[in-house]
Amino acid sequence: MITAAAQERENYLNASHGLKSWFLTKDHKRIGLLYLATITLFFFIGGAFATLIRVELLTPQGNLVSSETYNKLFTMHGVMMIFFFLIPSIPAVLGNFFLPIMIGARDLAFPKLNLLSWYLLVVGGMFSLYAMLAGGVDTGWTFYTPYSTTYSNGYVIATALGIFIAGFSSILTGLNFIVTIHRMRAPGMTWFRMPLFVWAHYATSLIQVLGTPVLAVTIVLLFLERVFHLGIFDPARGGDPVLFQHLFWFYSHPAVYIMVLPAMGVVSEVISTFSRKAIFGYGFVAFSSVSIAVLGFLVWGHHLFVSGQSLFAGMVFSFLSYFVAIPSAIKVFNWTATLYKGSISFQTPMLYALGFIGLFTMGGLTGLFVAALGIDMHVTDTYFVVAHFHYIMVGGAIMGYMSGLHYWWPKMTGRMYPEAWARLSALVIFLGFNLTFFPQFILGYLGMPRRYHLYPPEFQVLNVLSTAGASVLAVGYLMPMIYFIWSLRYGKVAPVNPWGATGLEWKTSSPPPVHNFDETPVVTHDAYDYASLMAEEVEVG
Amino acid sequence: MDRFQLFPVQASTLAPEVDHLLYFLLAVAVFFTLLIFGAIFYFAIRYRRRSENELPHVQHTGYTLEILWSVIPFGLTMVMFTWGASIYFTASKPPNNAIQIYAVGKQWMWKLEHAEGQREINELHIPIGTPVRLTMASEDVIHSFFVPAFRTKQDVVPGRYSTTWFTATKPGKYHLFCAEYCGTNHSGMGGWVYVMEPMDYQNWLSGGAVEGSMAESGKKLFEQLACNNCHKDDNSGRGPILVGLFGKQVQLAGGGSVKADEAYFRESILQPQAKIVYGFEPVMPTFQGLVTEEQLVQLVEYVKSLGPKPGTGPVDNGQKPVPEKSSTAGSTPANR
Ligand code: HEC
Ligand code: HEM
Ligand SMILES: [Cu+2]
Ligand SMILES: [Cu+2]
Repeated sequence: MITAAAQERENYLNASHGLKSWFLTKDHKRIGLLYLATITLFFFIGGAFATLIRVELLTPQGNLVSSETYNKLFTMHGVMMIFFFLIPSIPAVLGNFFLPIMIGARDLAFPKLNLLSWYLLVVGGMFSLYAMLAGGVDTGWTFYTPYSTTYSNGYVIATALGIFIAGFSSILTGLNFIVTIHRMRAPGMTWFRMPLFVWAHYATSLIQVLGTPVLAVTIVLLFLERVFHLGIFDPARGGDPVLFQHLFWFYSHPAVYIMVLPAMGVVSEVISTFSRKAIFGYGFVAFSSVSIAVLGFLVWGHHLFVSGQSLFAGMVFSFLSYFVAIPSAIKVFNWTATLYKGSISFQTPMLYALGFIGLFTMGGLTGLFVAALGIDMHVTDTYFVVAHFHYIMVGGAIMGYMSGLHYWWPKMTGRMYPEAWARLSALVIFLGFNLTFFPQFILGYLGMPRRYHLYPPEFQVLNVLSTAGASVLAVGYLMPMIYFIWSLRYGKVAPVNPWGATGLEWKTSSPPPVHNFDETPVVTHDAYDYASLMAEEVEVG
Repeated sequence: MDRFQLFPVQASTLAPEVDHLLYFLLAVAVFFTLLIFGAIFYFAIRYRRRSENELPHVQHTGYTLEILWSVIPFGLTMVMFTWGASIYFTASKPPNNAIQIYAVGKQWMWKLEHAEGQREINELHIPIGTPVRLTMASEDVIHSFFVPAFRTKQDVVPGRYSTTWFTATKPGKYHLFCAEYCGTNHSGMGGWVYVMEPMDYQNWLSGGAVEGSMAESGKKLFEQLACNNCHKDDNSGRGPILVGLFGKQVQLAGGGSVKADEAYFRESILQPQAKIVYGFEPVMPTFQGLVTEEQLVQLVEYVKSLGPKPGTGPVDNGQKPVPEKSSTAGSTPANR
């Protein structure tokens, strides 16, 4: 995999060989790559389901698959993408790899726990995959009761068990990050010198540690109810089906921030690097991450505006939802202000990051629509909501992930990706994305409910547009898959700091040595101090 | 109806209100989208890197700016909140003069029953200009009653009554959808709402073979299930007199009181032990599993029809405390 040129010095990739050296590794960098391979697989499985869904929706009648299969497709698509791809994506791949390096540590605080976390994700994924192959599950990724507990005859338990296990992967990763950030910063790396990527991961980890246990409990209750008919959610036994929704969203709303906060961290790094300027309002951006993490726990009820919660509860949750919007807005404004009077260059990571800002802005603004009680009554459970969260999770989180992958690819592999192809992929993904999901806002307002296999013929034009966009999007995602693999062999050898960035990860070799740094770095500057970076370069050069 | 559209028809009093809020939100969203996209494009071109060792000036955090761009959006969101909440508030409070229709959702159909006794499946006929109040129950999982042209949606949760209401403003045929995923044929669980001129609605109501009003069917059930063994018109039964109950406050054993509404009647029949009426023994058996949701709404409608004026029978008692729409009054004997 590594050719002679890159082999000049020992690094984490060539220090040891063989399967065992990978599957029993405690090196956070190798574990990061294990995650990369795993979640890429999950992403393409989830993507295959999405493709089938979109092809089916080309026509109003169901002529590709049966309704039963269709329901399984969207369920498994959601489960794969949310629990097995997006939640682990940036933290487990890029966070794992770069968080220790960025604060000047040799590894995470608990390397063995880190490896265990990966195994948990794999085992969890296997359970869910088994469920899919054995016959699938058709409850929707939200598992609403009493359908999931009493009526569905899919593999609910196996799927839920998979999610339960993967949840522990998430909890342990969060725990590892928190301890690492508290205990392992290099000399001089004070809290307010930490890169914003690290701040974002700190906030994310808090949610993972505090929120995921609630998901675990919810799944246990689901299990008890389905198998032993305890009557927690079953109205015939005095239970309350809506209680499940409260429990589920108490985790799953914060979980949407597990998906997007790390992407915001990536974007902060990339915007700064490619405008060669410190992020405008560093403190505001850092604290907005933490306040999003905290406020995110207070708004779950906005998923229940028409579920029959009280009028008063609806109002409180709508009010609080608007509070979360503010820190998100602050971030967008600060990123944009960072560009002002910067020195902006347009390499691929920057294109993806700018794409992120645009799409996240649209996703966030439509969040204001669904948080308005009067509008949500009409658009909830329609394609409007589908469009809203795809703008944030695909347009936002995945654009951020792609930005980060391109940004750090040279460091991770020691190879440059092909710039022209990569820029093209950013463009294709941006256009394909909008073509796929923008029509869905209109569809939703027109009233097309989500999770519909058959739909009235007047909705066909917009659905065809959406499917056309999805094909463009698919091409966009296949391109990086190909050229990244290509670059491992044929890519230009990466220099230590290809982008002129300031982080500690750019001070060590590409790829980094096993212990990240030859000697423990001492930090003397704030993050994003381009003046002293360039001064050093002049001295050295 | 097959035509391609970009905007849904407005067919209820609520629809224009929701749409006005939408226009406001759209204006704000378009403004900020253009602002951000515009700024990004402008800065990206204006400040593109011109030489490799260019170093921009360090910019210090502008606190005024930070405060400005926190406070302005916050102000705007509070407008959205208040506006949205006020619509929601109206939408949750059915007016007193609404006509009552019952809906039962089950996998995968909507069954509707008018107080006059007309039953429909996946179709709902309503008059224009009169508020319609729907009391809804589910026989199995959660469903959601959604009529896009009315801009209303309400989940129907098993084990309780959910209500929604609307006043149609435009005659026509509109989609009825189930909006909460409910299993295999979820996407087939829909139909049509027919909005008719009051005259046409009256004709429709009086046409067709009807077994009797809901209250009459409820009365039959009341006898079949032997409710009348305990609930009599005088004090001779073991249970309380139900005449005149609807809308009153009921004193409970162990203190407290509860309003005698549909939800309370439902609970009294399915879980009689949950709330015991002051001065009575907890001897009423549960009817959980013995009556379907459809029978239940008939029983409820019957008990409702007994009140609130004591001494009047279930039929043609006109006991509703609110003025009837003259257009609907008197057409069928069961008209409330
Ligand atoms: C064995 C006698 C018995 C039978 C049969 C019975 N009930 Fe009752 N019912 C009671 C008693 C006693 C109470 C008051 C104690 C309580 O609240 O459970 C009551 C209470 C009620 C109430 C609440 C009354 C109030 O004043 O708040 C309703 C409504 C009611 N029953 C409806 C019915 C219906 C409908 C049926 C038939 C399906 C029925 N009952 C059958 C004994 C009976
Ligand atoms: C900017 C502030 C945001 C606000 C005010 C907001 C508001 C809302 C509201 C009210 C809903 C419920 C809509 C409904 O079901 O009817 C919703 C749904 C959703 N949002 Fe957001 N949102 C915001 C940002 C985000 C972010 C950052 C993410 C993810 C990274 C996200 C992901 C989702 C998801 C996944 C759903 C729906 C899931 C489902 O029903 O399956 N949202 N949002
Ligand atoms: Cu949410
Ligand atoms: Cu349904």
